[in-house]
Amino acid sequence: MEHPNGYSTEVKLFVISVLTENKSGLLNAITIIFTRRKINIESINVSESEVAGVSRYTIVVKITRERAEKLVKQVRKLIEVLGAFLYEEEETHFQELALYKVPLEPFLNDSNNRIEKLIRDNFARILVIEREYIIIEKTGRKSETQKLFEELKAYGVSEFVRSGRISISKSKRRTETFLKELEELSANSLVKE
Amino acid sequence: MEALTKQTLSDQSEKQVSQIVSGAEALLLGLLEEGVDTIFGYPGGAIMPIYDALYGYQDRLRHILVRHEQGATHAAQGYARVTGKTGVVFATSGPGATNLITGIADAQIDSTPMVCITGQVATPLLGTDAFQETDVLGISMPVTKWNYQVTDVTELPEVIAKAFFIARTGRPGPVLIDITKDVQFAKFEYTYKKCEKIRSYAPYPKVNNDDIEAAAKLINAAKKPYILAGHGILISGAQKELLAVAEKAGVPVASTLLGLSAFPCNHPLYVGYLGMHGNYGPNVKTNECDLLIAIGMRFDDRVTGDLKTYARQAKVIHIEIDPSEIDKNVKTTVAINADAKAALKALLPKLKENKHDKWVNEFRECDKIEYEKVVNKALHPAEGGLLMAEVVNVISEMTKGEAIVVTDVGQHQMATSRYYKYNTTDSNVTSGGLGTMGFALPAAMGAKIGRPDKQVVAIIGDGGFQMTLQELGTIFQFNIGAKIVILNNSFLGMVRQWQQLFFDKRYSATEMTNPDFVAIARGFYINAAKVSLREELKQSIQTMLDHNGPYLLEVVVEKEENVFPMVPAGDSVGNIRLE
Repeated sequence: MEHPNGYSTEVKLFVISVLTENKSGLLNAITIIFTRRKINIESINVSESEVAGVSRYTIVVKITRERAEKLVKQVRKLIEVLGAFLYEEEETHFQELALYKVPLEPFLNDSNNRIEKLIRDNFARILVIEREYIIIEKTGRKSETQKLFEELKAYGVSEFVRSGRISISKSKRRTETFLKELEELSANSLVKE
Repeated sequence: MEALTKQTLSDQSEKQVSQIVSGAEALLLGLLEEGVDTIFGYPGGAIMPIYDALYGYQDRLRHILVRHEQGATHAAQGYARVTGKTGVVFATSGPGATNLITGIADAQIDSTPMVCITGQVATPLLGTDAFQETDVLGISMPVTKWNYQVTDVTELPEVIAKAFFIARTGRPGPVLIDITKDVQFAKFEYTYKKCEKIRSYAPYPKVNNDDIEAAAKLINAAKKPYILAGHGILISGAQKELLAVAEKAGVPVASTLLGLSAFPCNHPLYVGYLGMHGNYGPNVKTNECDLLIAIGMRFDDRVTGDLKTYARQAKVIHIEIDPSEIDKNVKTTVAINADAKAALKALLPKLKENKHDKWVNEFRECDKIEYEKVVNKALHPAEGGLLMAEVVNVISEMTKGEAIVVTDVGQHQMATSRYYKYNTTDSNVTSGGLGTMGFALPAAMGAKIGRPDKQVVAIIGDGGFQMTLQELGTIFQFNIGAKIVILNNSFLGMVRQWQQLFFDKRYSATEMTNPDFVAIARGFYINAAKVSLREELKQSIQTMLDHNGPYLLEVVVEKEENVFPMVPAGDSVGNIRLE
């Protein structure tokens, strides 16, 4: 399907990667851009990047390309945003982390080592063993962490948490190079001609 | 913040010898460094240290005590729009701060440079629901270009410098700085350096020569080129460049609401005013031109009507400083992401001398139709009460199109935009994007303070006037010589017009039983008169214009007058209705 303006009307997952100065309140400033347009954020992760003082936001949204492009332009408008990049899922490498709290008791009576096998088959690992429970950790795509969740349900999952997606683009650009180019650009566009 | 601090400090040499001052005094010194001489504001508990410091700076900083904080924002907007300087507002925390929001939102959508300083409760009280504490940063975030809360006095000078840099550069806008009370009291070693650079902010993108070449090629080849001139022309000061480009390439020019006065209304290439209640030719020709050259405008829905049928036949050049506006509503053939003046300067030498007389004449043919169906009736009614158009026309003639005209929102605003013939630039002040009723009276105050040499005429409806009429107190106290014309039809006229046309004449909550406006003005010791007869109109306007000082003229106009032409909301500009 194509809109008369040339954009596809297909709704799909986009990853918006944002580099910002580390300033309090910026998370709010970024997310209200989405709220105002009634765009639900599928997942969001904020962390310090490889450059000191620079934060990286990874935001996943499910919208059309046209909306995604316009959204990214609005994010770029924020004063402390250094750069915002739009990727389709395939243009990034990404992972999520999930933690599962399961009672200890089924393990103790697990004569066939079924849970151990489940953990091994899912490439998960045991993070902590406590008197009452164990915590299992798994990294992977959402479908994978979800699969393990479904399989562990039989043993009673008392808590389950999944992180936002973190992703790295397939492009070869280095953040430091980008920042350097940005400095030159802003230095060259300070004054009105 | 830290990263930014390092950035700006390293780039600049220290100019000033340091001195020990309070945060409050540092703010005032910073304002002086930024060339501020006028502040619109209202004191209160959390901003008292700043007002106390201001007491010692009255010789250098004039403070206009408004009657409501919203009035301070609109006054600052009016001041900024006619001077090109940044308007400055002071308000206290809590309700003082929340009262600013309408004006801040208005300044944001109409790209007006403004710095608002709000007092805030002391840092330890933040988040405790203390008296008059409100999250003004959170509230103002979506409507400011930048905001910041100062809780460390040593940051203050740099934040003030950044505030002014951000407010006035690029696409201008409002900035809010929230200063906690303890910071206002705190003493520190003060030095000031103007902000010249923020690495994450590139306010003036360089003109790309390939884009200029491509645009010139389109213009030189076009048979029916058409310029839409917006507010960006005024903001960047590109009036001469626009004139030169239009004349060299022989391109007709239409204006958006906020672009009015950027191009002289009496110029042979000027074809009129765009949009929902704009002129007939400028609207219908949008869908007949072969090249649309949009300069410093953002294709607002009140200009485009239905986007699916808007200028589909035309190639589009969009000159715009804000990249988020490019391709937002109308897909461009060539986008020039740059300041209007820089772009037009670069474009001019690439253009061929050209004329499009036949094409320009098509607009004139439309003018004839519009004159016969609309204008003639509006300006020369055979009978009945006064019409808004004829009042505006008389004001236009009597001021020779040289007054600064400030309008509110509604029918009177559209009548003024249609019938005032602007012959001097930077003389149109109105609330465009936000459509804020109550804007005009305080904005006219600010405009007159900014340009005391000019005749400033506010044209306001009876509804909008009553939203901020308390500012008559400010006008009286500071003897601000603005002229106030109330076009009184005892209706919320624009809403009534929509009710008539689209809601089956069900006049729900639009009729107003109004007070005696003349008595109200006189209660504020402002000279006033009322006129309702055609034969007395000119004389009463002359008396108003000649009066030395503020003056209010209530003009009683026809109760159920409609503004035409009209593009019904969401309809195609080609379907503009003449009656």
